Amino acid sequence: MVTVTDSTQRRAPKAAKTTSVFKKAVMAISGIILVLYLIAHMIGNLKAFAGEEDFNHYSEWLRTIGNPALPGATALWLIRIVLLVAVFAHMWAAISLWRQAKRARPQGYVTKKAVAQSYASRTMRWGGVIIAAFVIWHLLDLTWGTVNSAGDSGPYDKLVASFSNPVSTAFYAIAVILVGMHLRHGIWSATQTLGQSNRRREVTVNYTATAIATVLTLGFLLVPFSVLFGLID
Amino acid sequence: MTATHEGTMRSSVGDPGAEKRGMNLTLRVWRQQGPTVKGKMVTYKVTDISPDMSFLEMLDVLNEQLILQGDDPVAFDHDCREGICGMCGLMINGQAHGPQQTTTCQLHMRSFKDGDSIDIEPWRASPFPVIKDLAVDRRAFDRIIQAGGYISVPTGTAPEAHATPVPKKDADNAFDAATCIGCGACVAACPNASSMLFTAAKVTHLGLLPQGQPERNDRVVNMVAQQDREGFGGCTNIGECSAACPKGISMETISRLNHDLLGALRAGARPKS
Repeated sequence: MVTVTDSTQRRAPKAAKTTSVFKKAVMAISGIILVLYLIAHMIGNLKAFAGEEDFNHYSEWLRTIGNPALPGATALWLIRIVLLVAVFAHMWAAISLWRQAKRARPQGYVTKKAVAQSYASRTMRWGGVIIAAFVIWHLLDLTWGTVNSAGDSGPYDKLVASFSNPVSTAFYAIAVILVGMHLRHGIWSATQTLGQSNRRREVTVNYTATAIATVLTLGFLLVPFSVLFGLID
Repeated sequence: MTATHEGTMRSSVGDPGAEKRGMNLTLRVWRQQGPTVKGKMVTYKVTDISPDMSFLEMLDVLNEQLILQGDDPVAFDHDCREGICGMCGLMINGQAHGPQQTTTCQLHMRSFKDGDSIDIEPWRASPFPVIKDLAVDRRAFDRIIQAGGYISVPTGTAPEAHATPVPKKDADNAFDAATCIGCGACVAACPNASSMLFTAAKVTHLGLLPQGQPERNDRVVNMVAQQDREGFGGCTNIGECSAACPKGISMETISRLNHDLLGALRAGARPKS
């Protein structure tokens, strides 16, 4: 008779927080925080159409929110800390679930045909990795100015300098489209994970996810392409 | 089977009536001697397959052929062959249970064309180890059920049916979830090899009924802990499971499981170790 691996011997999750569903909830909630941030970020970006002075003033305001009650950039740092925690929680959950999925199917199929998955759902993991790499470049470019030709100047000048370069705009555009696809599946998935979807709502949830993803993608693409085509200079 | 034997005697090559008689197919089948032996895809030809045969009957034809040649027949899981037991399950051309949304035993050869090449593989997931060829060990599902997929009721005389009213909608949804036969197609089709749809169907089925309420929180927490312990992947809500499910269990059940689990964790339920 054949012998079969006895999987009852496998290690049990020690506490509730290590269950896969808990990790998914962490992913969903951190994702929602990041989506809310993206909405605010996109609206802020569109200030570029109001001209250099307004844009730089907005940037300055971000660093002085709550002054003088809060000293200096306290509010901005609080936002940054929340974002950093959200990003690392999102990545921790993703990597840990990715590894779990890899372990769950060490031997793949010779032939596998997908019937339900979308391009967006298929690219969540590697798309996420590319987005993370983009965010680092994005900060080096527009926050710290390290890789920006207008390095030490104001936010508006850095913006124009970066997006006047077609290569830089192309990279940005690819990353933003990836973010859009990530959100398209992510918003639906978060709704499922938090147990808020059902057969009746499923269609609405999916349309909402597509709508939010599209608006954010277009909103983020508007500024760089306006710079590239000289509408903003 | 008689018809099959007659069928194999006839030559269909170059025959104008070949279309009526049957199909010639090339099968690429996963052959693996045992759980610890390395397997590989082996090519076989079957001839004069009737479109009215089920997929498993077609494999029976192949096995008779192999036995006559003195070869080892292909091991595959099957039992009722009526689409209700959940025992059969093959990855056919990369799809769990093949191109139709049904069980492998209810898939008919009319879904294929003469001359087709068909890849046949076992379910792939580390909690479903291959026993031999296409047969896999799915006892992991039994252990998930043992972890909470039950209700505790006193035995004895059956209670009066109307003693515990169930709203029609709940009864319908519970019944839809209860149609899960535990075949494992959800795991096989899932890119993460997750058993979420299976567990969610059980959690939904019992969680919607009054009889399932006393153990509802412990059930969801323990069943999810057990599926993690077995080594299944996590759900990423892609939907391959539901599309492959012969019973069409909906993704809604997964949302319901998540809802119950998060509620249970908030209420302080913790998995038994």
